[in-house]
Amino acid sequence: MKNLFGLTMLAGLFAAGAAHAQISDGVVKIGVLNDMSSLYADIGGRGSVLAAEMAVEEFGGKVLDQPIQVISGDHQNKPDIGAGLARKWIDTERVDTIVDVPTSSVALAIQEVTREKKRVFLMSGPASSDLTGKACSPYGFQWTYDTYALAHGTGGAMVKQGGDTWFFITADYAFGHALERDTSDAVKAAGGKVLGSVKVPLNTQDFSSFLLQAQASKAKVIGLANAGGDTINSIKQAAEFGIVAGGQKLAGLLVFLTDVDSLGLKSAQGLTITSAWYWDKDDASRAFAKRFMARNPNGRPPTYTQAGVYTEVLFYLNAIKAAGTDAADRVSAKMRTMKINDFMTKDGWIREDGRIMRDMYLEEVKSPQDSKYPYDYFKVLATIPAEQAFRPLKDGGCPLVKN
Amino acid sequence: MLEALGISAPALFGQLLIGLINGSFYALLSLGLAVIFGMLNIINFTHGAQYMMGAFGAYLLLEHLHLGYWWALIIAPIVVGLTGVIIERLFLKQLYQLDHLYGLLLTFGIALIIQGLFRNYYGSSGLPYRAPAELQGVRNLGFMFLPNYRAWVIVVSLVVCLTTWFVIERTRLGSYLRAATENPSLVRAFGINVPRMITLTYGFGVGLAAFAGVMAAPIYNVSPLMGADLIIVVFAVVVIGGMGSIMGAIITGFGLGVVEGLTKYFKPEASDTVIFVIMVIVLLVRPAGLFGRRV
Repeated sequence: MKNLFGLTMLAGLFAAGAAHAQISDGVVKIGVLNDMSSLYADIGGRGSVLAAEMAVEEFGGKVLDQPIQVISGDHQNKPDIGAGLARKWIDTERVDTIVDVPTSSVALAIQEVTREKKRVFLMSGPASSDLTGKACSPYGFQWTYDTYALAHGTGGAMVKQGGDTWFFITADYAFGHALERDTSDAVKAAGGKVLGSVKVPLNTQDFSSFLLQAQASKAKVIGLANAGGDTINSIKQAAEFGIVAGGQKLAGLLVFLTDVDSLGLKSAQGLTITSAWYWDKDDASRAFAKRFMARNPNGRPPTYTQAGVYTEVLFYLNAIKAAGTDAADRVSAKMRTMKINDFMTKDGWIREDGRIMRDMYLEEVKSPQDSKYPYDYFKVLATIPAEQAFRPLKDGGCPLVKN
Repeated sequence: MLEALGISAPALFGQLLIGLINGSFYALLSLGLAVIFGMLNIINFTHGAQYMMGAFGAYLLLEHLHLGYWWALIIAPIVVGLTGVIIERLFLKQLYQLDHLYGLLLTFGIALIIQGLFRNYYGSSGLPYRAPAELQGVRNLGFMFLPNYRAWVIVVSLVVCLTTWFVIERTRLGSYLRAATENPSLVRAFGINVPRMITLTYGFGVGLAAFAGVMAAPIYNVSPLMGADLIIVVFAVVVIGGMGSIMGAIITGFGLGVVEGLTKYFKPEASDTVIFVIMVIVLLVRPAGLFGRRV
């Protein structure tokens, strides 16, 4: 009798223990890793941390009876620092997923770390299409945009408008190279020609020398394969040198709301851009933006990478709930079976290569006269359906795709 | 002959001119640093942050007081110069007897604090600021389009640099300054207020940095990080020119601007390291710098 009682107690203990063991280490920890202090800090930065916290609050703060925690770190746009921080988080701080990570060179490094350590990697920030191509991973998900979508969206549109000769000013690292490569392919596929390019070190202040080379090439379109502070400086100085007045067009291949805010509409008006989402798109988006702006220290609405962090964290937490565990293999498999429906995405889904399939938008920056209220910056020109926006599955070279 | 080497003459001259313009900023900034180091023996790492404050001053004057570029050129350097005077009175005064290193650490720390405060408040993307209407527009020089504002930058930099050099090296006030740093007790014995001269010198150097900041606001991104990116290059310029030499700083500033411009034409990927390569070579061959007097 005593033995049976003891055995039952033991069994009860194990059962109770097993329910909690389904969430590893008793907590679901989300690590937001991005540029907090340099040229990309306004695109993600503290705003992404806020977005992650808002998602956790929306979810209720707990999943499968275990608490959820958000921590953050600054990768300073350096792959070695980012990878080191990711390893430390995973090995010693029980982090279950790494989120955001703009700067493609850092994202590529984190992709390797999360693949090796089996953790989910939710990429809202980085652009390189290689992340779902030759560098694809079963745990890596590219949530918002990529260089292929930007290239074909903006590149295709501008060639159609008559811009059939291009010259690139390219940020000299993984992202710039990928963006220049994808846009060159898009331009050539649409019947255009690439006259040349110049590689510029990341975080350059003065583009006058490179703009001069672009002007000398007489290309109809100058493609800016850079982002953040680099794009702002390029556009500002292009205006100074009378490039647009002289008849050449600028293609801002990656432009965020925060960039337009810094440039001012007078300098940025007329730019055609490809975007994953806009805060003023519809009522649900505006509602989210309002909540975000109230808590955002600099008062700006969210960029689409920040909104991406919010929606991907919510989706991830729901996947954990549905899978009954936070183990990366099971959660990743579950995520691939679920449809994505929120204010940012309608009927989105995840492909085998980790690419989230969503509609993209072709937008134009408004002129100062057309902007009726603060942050009213963009006019939607067209919607690019998911299948058209992103690279076909078979062309990526992803080893996970069975052929 | 140039064509035979595959170089297009118009493109090359365009790059040389751009290099000269960048050189003007290097010259203005390294002038302030050289004045402060030459006169006070302080390695002023706050210089980049003070340059940034000048640019922000211009932005804030326009945004809140609706005072344009021409007012900013006068007011911003004075205001930022005054903050420099406060820093000197409160902190730097205690460090003159000590090793150079303490001044460097202190000013570096102050720079980080100032930058952090601005970044916290304004973000890092930067703020819009346009050149005044009188200076907008481009001129077609035949081999390139030169924006009028950039031509203005070269002219003003040359005037300010040469005036400063003249005052320090050729006037009585300048000779008092130079004497006061060589032998403060003796100069004080003649009845000259040495501490006040030193304070004003630091304030003037800081004012020069802020002046460069106002000049930069219309063309470079007005962001809290603008000084940090530039200050390392400016230090290399001052080291190459010779830490104590005013004329050395001016000539090296313009010269290195041109060298960087040429590198951007021939090998753009190396453009942000070429100045440091030169610095290493100069330090190996002439440790005191090209025009330096002290070692």
